[in-house]
Amino acid sequence: MGDSSQNFDEMKRDDGSVRPAYTDYCDWFEDQQPAWLKRKNSEADESFRRTGITFNVYGEDEAEERLIPFDMVPRIITAGEWRRLTRGIEQRVRALNAFLYDLYHRQEIIRAGRVPERLFRNNEAWLPNMVGFTPPGGIYTHISGIDLVRTGPDDFFVLEDNARTPSGVSYMLENRETMMAMFPDLFSRVAVESVSNYPRRLARSLAACAPPKCEGTPRLAVLTPGIFNSAYFEHAFLADQMGAELVEGSDLRVVNGRVQMRTTSGYEPVDVLYRRVDDDYLDPLTFEPDSVLGVPGIMDVYRSGGITIANAPGTGVSDDKAIYSFMPEIVEFYTGEKALLPNVETWRCADSDSLAYVLDNIEELVIKEVHGSGGYGMLIGPASSKKEIREFRAKLEANPDNYIAQPTLSLSTCPIFTSKGLAPRHVDLRPFVLASPNGIDITPGGLTRVALKKGSLVVNSSQGGGTKDTWVLKD
Amino acid sequence: MLGRTANGLFWMFRYLERAENTARLLEAGLRMALTRDVTSAREEWRSVISTLGQRPQYEANHEEYDGPSVWNYVLREKNNPANIRQMFGAVRSNARIARTSISSEMWESVNESWMKLDAMLARPVSQGSVGDVVTTIRRAGTQVHGALDGSMLRNEAFHFARAGTYVERAESTARILDMKYYLLLPSLRYVGSSLDSGQWDQVLRSVAGASAYTWLNTGELDARGIVQFLVLDERFPRSLAFCRSALRDNLAALARIHGREGGSNELMRSADMQIANTTTDEIFEQGLHEFLIDYMNRNAAIGQAIGEDYRFLA
Repeated sequence: MGDSSQNFDEMKRDDGSVRPAYTDYCDWFEDQQPAWLKRKNSEADESFRRTGITFNVYGEDEAEERLIPFDMVPRIITAGEWRRLTRGIEQRVRALNAFLYDLYHRQEIIRAGRVPERLFRNNEAWLPNMVGFTPPGGIYTHISGIDLVRTGPDDFFVLEDNARTPSGVSYMLENRETMMAMFPDLFSRVAVESVSNYPRRLARSLAACAPPKCEGTPRLAVLTPGIFNSAYFEHAFLADQMGAELVEGSDLRVVNGRVQMRTTSGYEPVDVLYRRVDDDYLDPLTFEPDSVLGVPGIMDVYRSGGITIANAPGTGVSDDKAIYSFMPEIVEFYTGEKALLPNVETWRCADSDSLAYVLDNIEELVIKEVHGSGGYGMLIGPASSKKEIREFRAKLEANPDNYIAQPTLSLSTCPIFTSKGLAPRHVDLRPFVLASPNGIDITPGGLTRVALKKGSLVVNSSQGGGTKDTWVLKD
Repeated sequence: MLGRTANGLFWMFRYLERAENTARLLEAGLRMALTRDVTSAREEWRSVISTLGQRPQYEANHEEYDGPSVWNYVLREKNNPANIRQMFGAVRSNARIARTSISSEMWESVNESWMKLDAMLARPVSQGSVGDVVTTIRRAGTQVHGALDGSMLRNEAFHFARAGTYVERAESTARILDMKYYLLLPSLRYVGSSLDSGQWDQVLRSVAGASAYTWLNTGELDARGIVQFLVLDERFPRSLAFCRSALRDNLAALARIHGREGGSNELMRSADMQIANTTTDEIFEQGLHEFLIDYMNRNAAIGQAIGEDYRFLA
């Protein structure tokens, strides 16, 4: 991570002048009384608590709910930067869908020798019962979250593709609502693209993937594991905003070849199920037999065209970190173009040459578990003690296939509001991408996560990260 | 809407009502205890616990019936599974379950009230703050009902919420009356005695009816008047007759929305007869206690039937 002056500061150039993205915001900021800003900053937390935007923390007191800290300085992206990003994201999501279709059908990419077969054969997210089946509309990743990091003016990299059930979109929406409530005049001075129609876009995109047996207007439902799930707030929020029912497994049952929900006037079919439950729990008859979160028989209904499941079961095979390392090849194979958005350089520890390199340079690298997520099970070499490195090295040597390594990137910084004024902190960005037969739809904005601790590179909310409103400026 | 969501709404409002009624009972007890000597104050606190049906549980954990022990037990003690803090937690969890069927305004008023109360009840409640706590609970109820009235569509969600309110309220008023029924038996001996008028006053306060009663009866306090008021007066929103007729309207609206009547409507028709043509004389003739038990049984059966008619549970 090194010297912080080497990081790209998204607001200020080295000479202290403000970059174009932030000029209007900085003008406004200069006009405000510092004491007033401080007061506003403490009001924000109160407003989040009142609306109940919290996440539950597993393993703690059952009722424990926490706020993800919100920083009131927006993360700003210019219209030009956004255009370039969206081209790259769109290309990538198209490739992901084509890749998934191919994996579950003819596997051309493996025949062509571009991706080794063992990669998905050993992958727990690979679902043999999806082989030969085409989801309604041919869509696998109805909703994906592409995590991006930035290291320079034109240097954006994809850090991770979240193709299962990416969360955080409620923060994109609520952060904006909170900002508009707190600083209405700011939005009259700076023209920012709206994000508020995301739920409507999501509903439209899901409805476009209705299954063959759907009659009339497709009925949508959001499947949640229940009120104790860490993202329950988001599930309820999205269902409410889409005008969809929020269902649990116990509300659903297979009746007459359709998945139906128990309403106050009887069982009614669901056409499109936006599930926020993992594949393993979806159908106790097919997967985890003890699961009470899913619907017995839903996979049979799915395969016979009675329901659309979003995202499609088996999609998780593509967001594995070992697959990630092949994304440049995957994009090129299916689109015939070079990937517009580069990957972060990645060493697959399964390769003996790479493993040797990683072991030699462990102090400088970030090492991640292939199936890990949420910032757990990883080692950030430069930030770790000798003991932590020694322990991690042992795990790595014992099971190299389970790890990949990446250089420690000098992530860009954005200012956050502190009691001593603005201070730069590292950020990443997760735009939310919708896919349907009508095309790829990317809402201009996303979730910016920020490491609130000075110098820290870990932005995960479970480990002290916060969020910011993300602005895409209008032209 | 989903049966489970309807169940969430119904219970959200039952718990809200229960918390509010429990708080009123506590408030009436506080007032009584202040105006009594130590021995009768102890009686008052015991009667608060009795009305809540909590004597065995309370006595297993406490030796004395004194104010701070009783109100802390009722408000927040963990070994009381029906403490108000828990009830409010249940109001909020049910609101979360039914989140997509209630307005943001309603959700925020529930959530805000819960945050405030949960903080107030995190530590033992002192003599100085118990009044504030009780007021906060009452206001929470008022605020949530206001949000329901002012921001919700008059669809089935609204009627499930109201049905929960009236089933619970009817149960509560009937139970309070039943606990004191022996005081209300007409007997020349006690008429006008200060002890009993104090007790009657407490009964009225427990259901927020003291000043309404005074207005309607120009200050005369007697057993017949109280029974007439709490059982049969349809103008008073916590009377048994009012709760039943309000519930009947909600059930009729639900049947209209769903295009069919169910067991709850049928039970309602026969329950209606119980009150519609009754007079105070007849109630005393039948026996007040017997009348109240019959009322509570019918009320519970209707509550049960609502759940079955609208598929609350799988």
